[in-house]
Amino acid sequence: MDPGILQWLRKEMGDCLMATVQTMPSIPVPPESFEARRNQYYSTKILKEMLGDVPQDALKLLGVTDEDLCIPILTYVFGEAQVGGTAAVVSLARLRQEHYGLTPDRPLLLERLRKESLHELGHTFGLIHCPLRECVMYLSNTVVDVDTRGGDFCRGCRTVVASKTGTERRG
Amino acid sequence: MEKKVNIMVVDDEEIVRASLTSWLEEDGYRVEAVESGRKALERLPEREWDLMLVDLKMPGMDGIQLMDEVHKTAPEMLVIIMTAYATVDTAVKAMKKGAYDYFVKPFNPDDISLTIRKIVDHHKLVRENLFLRKELKKRYNLRDMISKNEKMLEIFDLARTVAKSGSTVLIQGESGTGKELLARAIHDESPRMDAPFITVSCASLTESLLESELFGHEKGAFTGATVLNRGKLELAKDGTLFLDEIGDISLKLQMDLLRVLEEREFRRVGGSELIPINSRIIAATNRDLTAAIAEERFRADLYYRLNVISIHIPPLRERREDIPLLVDHFIEKFNIEMGKEIRGISEGAVRILMSNDWPGNARELRNVIERAVVVAKGNIVTEADISLPSVPPGADHRTKSLEEIEKAHIWMVLNENQWNIVRSALALGIDRVTLYNKIKKFGLKKERVAPKE
Repeated sequence: MDPGILQWLRKEMGDCLMATVQTMPSIPVPPESFEARRNQYYSTKILKEMLGDVPQDALKLLGVTDEDLCIPILTYVFGEAQVGGTAAVVSLARLRQEHYGLTPDRPLLLERLRKESLHELGHTFGLIHCPLRECVMYLSNTVVDVDTRGGDFCRGCRTVVASKTGTERRG
Repeated sequence: MEKKVNIMVVDDEEIVRASLTSWLEEDGYRVEAVESGRKALERLPEREWDLMLVDLKMPGMDGIQLMDEVHKTAPEMLVIIMTAYATVDTAVKAMKKGAYDYFVKPFNPDDISLTIRKIVDHHKLVRENLFLRKELKKRYNLRDMISKNEKMLEIFDLARTVAKSGSTVLIQGESGTGKELLARAIHDESPRMDAPFITVSCASLTESLLESELFGHEKGAFTGATVLNRGKLELAKDGTLFLDEIGDISLKLQMDLLRVLEEREFRRVGGSELIPINSRIIAATNRDLTAAIAEERFRADLYYRLNVISIHIPPLRERREDIPLLVDHFIEKFNIEMGKEIRGISEGAVRILMSNDWPGNARELRNVIERAVVVAKGNIVTEADISLPSVPPGADHRTKSLEEIEKAHIWMVLNENQWNIVRSALALGIDRVTLYNKIKKFGLKKERVAPKE
């Protein structure tokens, strides 16, 4: 994992969520999450593993991996989150232009990562998919969807996130 | 607030149930996952499911068997069959058996979410459609009458208002326009709804029979009057007396009726006791009463007495926009009566119905649809099922001149004889040349449907 990307994401998430964000040392992807037949990693198992590593003062934990993720019923996922839970994971694999046989585009990769990270973290705040295309919680199954949807929460979703972070902080 | 979409997932693999459930829940659906067909059938009555995602291969009941079972009680249920081992055979079988779609595990997330969205949108439309239909019916209905024609809607409004009063109503309109239906609707909307609605068809009875029918008779009033008989005026006590074809009653009876309406009491034939009447009178006619008055065939004073509230129902040809509405209404009605499942009517058939003049009005249309529903082979009424009565040109309600009647008569005889000139001429009592000349003169042609003006 490129440490530059993580540093960039730390700052972005801090700004977007108005929260303190810290990076943790890398951990290997749990080998039991590997689906040999599909050459992908089962994201739910990664989430489970991550839950054992949540620092005491952390509200949410976001994992970022280069590996391609899937769940048993779907051919791939960009990421997965526990709805209303603590952990979320996103994969860079299908956010890279190279995956589609195109020239690498770092700024585009970073923007996609920012959106996907916010989207999965949104789920951990209890948000489901938003019907508004301009909202980052709009459903996206393809990178085109990721690129065309908005980069931030809509007012409604933002309110939910703000209320959750506020409550948690007071507690 | 929008109704949450309910999805049932049926799969024997725990991992599939869990991952599909959480993925669908992220999309805001309400998901229940069960491990077998038996469990699915148990859960089925619990709520209104919008969609079932069913695994094909499961121990015990397989996906297609489950779908069959589900469709026995919920024929409209949308089922998506999921399978890990795709074969063309099973896919074809599933679709033939009525699956909405067929997905190979693992799914492409885009495919499944698009399909589900489509289903959800479809459901929304169906629900919206049902709601709008109900609203439309409320607006366009008066009891058994249905219309979206502005004049008719005004009549419905007037009828609702009139129903509240006890005033006498005169309904005019051609045969088959629904005069009796309107009279019944006024009765049913009135405070008299629980009292009887009594119909007297004035044209079908002789003067003396009609008199006895209306006023009743005492025992021994005339030969054959062996028992006391209460007339319709008495039977309609507190209810509504509907005098159909009032334009056809004799001048003497007009006089008697006028007296009854003015004095609100009457005597039975051969009786001396005065019986008060409490019923509301609704009269109807397809005749032009003002013309009848001019020809002194109808009493002006009775006309004014009856014509307190006057309603004129326009003929169907003046409200063609009602034809599709009535067609749907009749199809629905005959489906129930005959236990058929006709779902609609083809565009071609509607075109034929729309272009007809309907001299017999809605009643004629109803008969045509009744026949069509009987003979329809599929679940759609098509042009082949529509059989319009052969109406000779000019032989409808507007027939006036002798020449038009001649034309219509010749046309009818020609049709009766399959346009065989010799036989037709013989039947008409004229020679062939004269018949040819008449055909030429009137421009008669061999046609399936009567030519329009």
